[in-house]
Amino acid sequence: MAKHLQREIENLKKKLLALGAKVETFVRDATLSIEKRDAVLAQKIINNDIDIDNTEIEIEEDCLKILALHQPVAIDLRFIVAVLKINNDLERIGDLAVNIAERAVFLAGQPKVNIPVDIVDMAHHAQSMLKQSLDALINHDGQLAHKVCASDDIIDGMNRQMYLKVQEAILENPEQISSLIHLLSASRHLERIADHTTNIAEDVIYMIEGQIIRHRTEEYK
Amino acid sequence: MQKEKDNMPTSALGKKANIDQIKSVVSLGDKASPAIKDTNLDCKCAVIKSENFSFYYGLKVGVKNITMEIYPCSVTAIIGPSGCGKSTFLRSINRINDLIPHTRVEGNLLVNGHNVYDKNTNLVNLRQQVGMVFQKPNPFPKSIFENAAYGPRLQGVKNRSQLQQVVENSLKAAALWDEVKDDLKKSALALSGGQQQRLCIARALATRPNIILMDEPCSALDPIATGKIEDLIDKLQNDYTIVIVTHNMQQAARVSARTAFFCLGELIEYDSTAKIFRNPGKKQTEDYVTGRFG
Repeated sequence: MAKHLQREIENLKKKLLALGAKVETFVRDATLSIEKRDAVLAQKIINNDIDIDNTEIEIEEDCLKILALHQPVAIDLRFIVAVLKINNDLERIGDLAVNIAERAVFLAGQPKVNIPVDIVDMAHHAQSMLKQSLDALINHDGQLAHKVCASDDIIDGMNRQMYLKVQEAILENPEQISSLIHLLSASRHLERIADHTTNIAEDVIYMIEGQIIRHRTEEYK
Repeated sequence: MQKEKDNMPTSALGKKANIDQIKSVVSLGDKASPAIKDTNLDCKCAVIKSENFSFYYGLKVGVKNITMEIYPCSVTAIIGPSGCGKSTFLRSINRINDLIPHTRVEGNLLVNGHNVYDKNTNLVNLRQQVGMVFQKPNPFPKSIFENAAYGPRLQGVKNRSQLQQVVENSLKAAALWDEVKDDLKKSALALSGGQQQRLCIARALATRPNIILMDEPCSALDPIATGKIEDLIDKLQNDYTIVIVTHNMQQAARVSARTAFFCLGELIEYDSTAKIFRNPGKKQTEDYVTGRFG
């Protein structure tokens, strides 16, 4: 009984990691497509979203099967619950990467805008948070998960800066308003990606410590 | 000696063990549901209290230094691998272990504040107060009526209508009345396994206990009969203190408010069932409930 369950859990872990890797690639390529003004790469992301959607459904079905057949408890139960939620967050991150890619397609066809906020740096932060939250999941590293939760403030700050800079840029170059709004959208999507990554880290903490820290992250930073 | 049905038996322990008194002290909530099971844990008045209790079979340790409190009108489950001492502990509560030669105890085991291993303990009264249901249904080879009436008869109840009332009440409390009310003269052995087990529960209830010990009561039953017994346990916990030993961890999770994990004769962890099965405090408990044990 225990061996069957452990085998199922190992398979689930592999599938979730594969999904995590795919989503990481999505976020990286979406950022790259904005940075390099690469509409072809952006379109590829948009077209491949269906893969992530299918994997998400497959993982959810696996979780339901394990719950029904093995009735896991304690750490196993917490793992399955965490996977169900992380799976959902990863799929949403994939969708946000697609949204960024859609902005990139638009921006690639417009003249380049220059504003003094580094969206690439912001994207790197979000990617690093995503990678760390997945590492925390694999290595059962609660400390790393807490670190991810704390990092969210940096991205929030960057997004606020972006808002102010875009506001100024619109006043200075009203003819670029469309491009600037798309850029602001991309920044907002990166901020949302960081939020979902924080959710993943919170679920990892629940899995390891058995404590729900959602909505009171401040106490745990 | 019990004269009237409504009188609680004078306990072995020298005082009336009236469930209403206990209820008034601990002010219990309504029928326990999973949502309020944890709140019932606030009961401060333990009905069974084990203080450094050890039980030895000759030189072999059955259970060692068990200290725990079992609260009234709730279900407490004892889980653990075979040979961990959970049945030994359960059977010590009404001293059924006395039947085994060369055994001895250390520490205290109190039921309603009185040490059951006190030399003045009246065993008949103790077992009347602490009923027991075993793994395998063991009705007497008598009619259904006589099985349920057996305890009250021993207590001296002779009046036929009184006996009928006790039998009816006990069978109703054990959720068996509707199935057997027209066949009370039928042999108990003709009942199904699940019905036999409910009859044994009715037989235990007929002596008006306030504690019921159950030693793997469903392990010989099919899932439907098991479901009925579990429903019955859920109903009985409003009026009785139930201690259940089970190998079926899902059953412990379903029916109990508190769970104790025993291993190698020791109490490893005792906490709310929700905590034990979601986030146990000890690694050993986690390994056992997740099946990684050993």
